[in-house]
Amino acid sequence: MTTLLPPIVLLLWALAALLAPLLPLQPDQIDLQQILAGPAAEHWLGSDDLGRPIFDRLLMGARTSFSVAVGVVVISAAAGSLLGAFAAYAGGLIDLLLIRTIDIFLAFPGILLAIALAGVMGPGMDNVIIALSLVGWVGYARLARAQVLSLKHRDHVSAAIALGAGRVRVVLRHLLPLISSPLIVEATFGVAAMVIAEAGLSFLGLGVQPPEASWGSMIRDGARYMLVAPHMVLAPGIAVLLVVLAVNLLGDRLRDYLDSQLAVTTARKSW
Amino acid sequence: MASFLLSRLLSALLVVVGVVCLVFLLIHLVPGDPVEIMLGESAQSADREALRVALGLDQPLLIQLGNYFESLVRFDLGSSLHSRRPIVDILAERLPATLELAAVSLLFALIIALPLGVMAATHRGGAADYGAMGFSLLGISIPNFWLGPILILVFSLWLGWTPVSGREGGASFILPAITLGTSLAAILARMVRSSLLEVLGEDYVRTARAKGLTERTVIWGHALRNAWLPVITLLGLQLGALLGGAVITETVFSWPGIGSLMVESIQQRDYPVVQACVLLISLAYVLVNTLTDLVYAWIDPRIRLGASNW
Repeated sequence: MTTLLPPIVLLLWALAALLAPLLPLQPDQIDLQQILAGPAAEHWLGSDDLGRPIFDRLLMGARTSFSVAVGVVVISAAAGSLLGAFAAYAGGLIDLLLIRTIDIFLAFPGILLAIALAGVMGPGMDNVIIALSLVGWVGYARLARAQVLSLKHRDHVSAAIALGAGRVRVVLRHLLPLISSPLIVEATFGVAAMVIAEAGLSFLGLGVQPPEASWGSMIRDGARYMLVAPHMVLAPGIAVLLVVLAVNLLGDRLRDYLDSQLAVTTARKSW
Repeated sequence: MASFLLSRLLSALLVVVGVVCLVFLLIHLVPGDPVEIMLGESAQSADREALRVALGLDQPLLIQLGNYFESLVRFDLGSSLHSRRPIVDILAERLPATLELAAVSLLFALIIALPLGVMAATHRGGAADYGAMGFSLLGISIPNFWLGPILILVFSLWLGWTPVSGREGGASFILPAITLGTSLAAILARMVRSSLLEVLGEDYVRTARAKGLTERTVIWGHALRNAWLPVITLLGLQLGALLGGAVITETVFSWPGIGSLMVESIQQRDYPVVQACVLLISLAYVLVNTLTDLVYAWIDPRIRLGASNW
């Protein structure tokens, strides 16, 4: 089960995110007859406190969660890796400046800085993506920097320089491809962290604004009606849990796979 | 040791200065005019000017930063726009609740993580290992803003064992501490398992076994002592996640701490209080990590020697 679960869950998540606008969904349809109604044949996940179908809102929430998570990871991984790699290769003052900046950003625990940034900049999906990216780049920069520092004196780099390759070419063509494995693993776990972070910000009311749906704001709305309508909290929570679990399982597997690849190549070299 | 101490304190000081600058800049990230957003559009222009002067926003940025540092040194964080009380007083009122919750959660995490990690390592590849690591994966993946409401639903509403929210009596600690401590417990259990597995193959463990010591003494008395070091570092680092997660957990349980104060202040657009909360939590985190490093170096001389040539 654990081998098939992650790809299936992630595929469903991505499909829901991409296809939600095309489906005949009515996530904002208020139906006063259906307020807090439990699961039934017509609305098989029940309805929320305004009588809106929870299943439809769940799919729209998948779109929010997917857009933010993938958006933030792409932006922060690209920016962080490039910054870290170039600074480490350049060395000296630039590298020192980067490492001090990283230290300062790491001094803000967990999601705290993102909450403060999103809170100050105001709600909305764009601001959520900006806030999470401003916090997220640090991890990739630190990883890329450490990797490049350990690789930049290798022979193939000297060979590339001797052949006339410039700084940009050395970093982009001769160093980044070598350090892509750990960065990809980091980015995979990053997706899981960003799904939780987006839902967390929306739970605090700092994410997308109503009537837009987010799994986090669905949990927040549902928490007020927990005794009469527990399905309002259960459905979006299980969605978050399944996606995060799937991404984490995939990340573990990817890391094991890439580690074994690395072990094979080093073993071959040592022959 | 003295040079290590000095270099570690110096870099901590640099970080603190950077953190203060970043927190200071937060208010300038407010889109448009922060004064207008804080007072609302209907405010009189005289009131706006008064607030602008009170917050020092009419002065050049560098002067503002200088003033910010100067008042911080005097432990003066200004006053709340909402309640008009000095922010330092509000923080002092809220801090104990957060510290207590963090301490109880940490304790809960350790109580769960240690036996779980040891069990997984000693039964490597067996059912106990899979069970423990499955629990750990679940604990890392479960968001605290969902775990909290679910725990309330089951233990407060259905079973009626614990209070729904608030901070009165020992029983009110149970659910918030579980909510906040679960992911830490999960991460720690993984770390205990892997660092224990590393030392279990060492010669001194074999010697201890050969002496005829019981397995319990070998694991808890000999192996775990050396497996502790990486766990302590992780604990220091993860304390940040604990403090950050407290913001959400406190909101879920209406826990009267710094985290819920921050969320309330964001909703009231009381930005000076938001800044103060971020500053306090971050500085506490820097302090704890600096102390962890120092304690670590004191326990393990290898660190000191390695770090002197930074």
